[in-house]
Amino acid sequence: MSGSTDRPGSGAEVQHGGSPGRSRGSSRGGDRVMVPEADFTSYYGRPIVKAAPWERDIAYYLFTGGVAAGSSLLAGGADLTDRPGLRRAGRIGSLIALLLSVVALVHDLGKPSRFLNMLRVVKLTSPMSVGTWILTLHAPFAGLASAAELVGMLPTPWQRGPVRLLLRLGRPAGLVGAVTAPPVAAYTAVLLSDTATPAWHSAHEELPFVFCGSAAAASGGWAMATAPVAEAGPARAFAVGGAAVELLMAHRMESSMGLSAELMHTGKAGTLMRASKVLTAAGAAGALLGGRSRLLSVVSGTALMAGSLCTRLGVYEAGMASARDPKYTVVPQRERVERGEQVRYQG
Amino acid sequence: MIGRNSLFGPLDPAPDAGYTDAPKRKGFFTDTSVCIGCKACEVACKEWNDVPENLFEMLGTSYDNSHSLNANQWRHVAFIEKPASKPAVDLGMPSVGAPVSEVHEDDKPDFQWLMSSDVCKHCTHAACLDVCPTGSLFRSEFGTVVVQDDICNGCGYCVAACPYGVIDRRRGPEGDPKVGIAQKCTLCYDRLTDGQRPACAAACPTESIQYGDVEELRERANARVELLHERGVMDARLYGNDPEDGVGGTGAMFLLLDEPEVYGLPPDPVVTTKDLPRMFTRAGMAGTALLVGAALSFVRRRP
Repeated sequence: MSGSTDRPGSGAEVQHGGSPGRSRGSSRGGDRVMVPEADFTSYYGRPIVKAAPWERDIAYYLFTGGVAAGSSLLAGGADLTDRPGLRRAGRIGSLIALLLSVVALVHDLGKPSRFLNMLRVVKLTSPMSVGTWILTLHAPFAGLASAAELVGMLPTPWQRGPVRLLLRLGRPAGLVGAVTAPPVAAYTAVLLSDTATPAWHSAHEELPFVFCGSAAAASGGWAMATAPVAEAGPARAFAVGGAAVELLMAHRMESSMGLSAELMHTGKAGTLMRASKVLTAAGAAGALLGGRSRLLSVVSGTALMAGSLCTRLGVYEAGMASARDPKYTVVPQRERVERGEQVRYQG
Repeated sequence: MIGRNSLFGPLDPAPDAGYTDAPKRKGFFTDTSVCIGCKACEVACKEWNDVPENLFEMLGTSYDNSHSLNANQWRHVAFIEKPASKPAVDLGMPSVGAPVSEVHEDDKPDFQWLMSSDVCKHCTHAACLDVCPTGSLFRSEFGTVVVQDDICNGCGYCVAACPYGVIDRRRGPEGDPKVGIAQKCTLCYDRLTDGQRPACAAACPTESIQYGDVEELRERANARVELLHERGVMDARLYGNDPEDGVGGTGAMFLLLDEPEVYGLPPDPVVTTKDLPRMFTRAGMAGTALLVGAALSFVRRRP
């Protein structure tokens, strides 16, 4: 049960004393502020919107989901182009990442025993429902392909009867897994953006590209680190392309998301986003220059995975911080009102 | 049922949700100009709905120790102390014949209180309901938004989706059967089905909390704000009464005497699912790019 150590109510966020009224915007973190400190009013500095009651395992799931999706794609491509080593790395990566994803997702529910209630409706207005069905479609096929890969490692005399059948199912299942993988990587961006959390909602134009790029970089990094160097050419290309998209779109995202973009540069999220950029750029450079070296492949592959993880954690933390401080809710809305541009229905 | 305005725009929510013979939409009009901060609504709500204790702390924030709407607090009375700016205006408070004050105007305290009983807005376009992945949150025949305790699996998505920060996952007290489950005001669904007023409205001694048909409450609210303007209370304004606003208007609307954010309300709330088609489009483009990128990575590379 998450949050069980918290006190009832929103105790962690309660601020003591003070009076309501005009206040200088909070200066938490505050080493590099892009927008002048905003003057705004709040009710004793208390948050308006509530932060998602999730723990960091949701941020880890954003990462593992991306690795699972990218690995399925690489495994599918490797299978079709006859690269058994790369295929094995992809399928095993997919299996590990999917198992970790399910653990993180179930653990974060308030009533984990009711996990299957997710499957009682198909609801297009709920990205979590859509995501659950995407995973329900993807995971069994990806899992079957991974199982085929594992039994393929058994000694030959054991590969008989049902085991042979499983082996033959590996390719079709893996291809279905690959085709259903991109939605697994992309939907998590919608999952975050479809909230009232200022930093997540305001990132909705670019976040899917950041997350898909991050998925390619991380899964490419995994395959670089684990597959034979001679077969890992496509993984390196995939990783470098993903890293480029991730870095470019993260930059665009920060310039389009308004006030809450400052959270990408300050505090915990700022540190994570800076680390993500350095690690992703270094990993991509390593993949381009030293891809034929075993050691450099492992080092740059690990850097790419770490960079992707930092991106996910950074975006997650920026959202949490934007919900905890009423400034990020009030100021953009108040500015719309002052400009006479309230959101109104247009015929 | 999917209509043209199902995600955004003016709408009667119950028919849009598929009810064919729905009663008129029900809601609250909370007139904060006559709220005396007695918290009878908080107590009545807890008693009727069996809502357990909230965190109690001496917060030092005026008379407010219940601090927010959350899973254990479905009505919340805000107290705002501010310097008095102008002489008091007769707001037409109900009178029980208290003696006329003999204190000279200049000797009266130099501050004033704003008090407001906040509650779930029962939005026309309710983000919590839209994003709920289990169908636990549903639209009632009265146009209200209600959680089904036995279905919610505590995913917490509604908590992050609400633009007002109303709904929350119950965190305690330990042993409460609803710990881990999303909870909020039901507009006393179980009283409405028996033709009763919600408990808070029944308990309110000044009729600051009025219950009724949303259509009629909107008219009542308009008349009240006009009256206050005539009497010189130019700060009086309505909140949530516009069916063309960012959430399609709310079932629970308010008359406020200052900017919404002074009361802890967002000044221009928007239902997040308004942008959902765009979000899915962008995700579709990104996913397609990922698939193409993966395919290109294998082009002209022979092992």
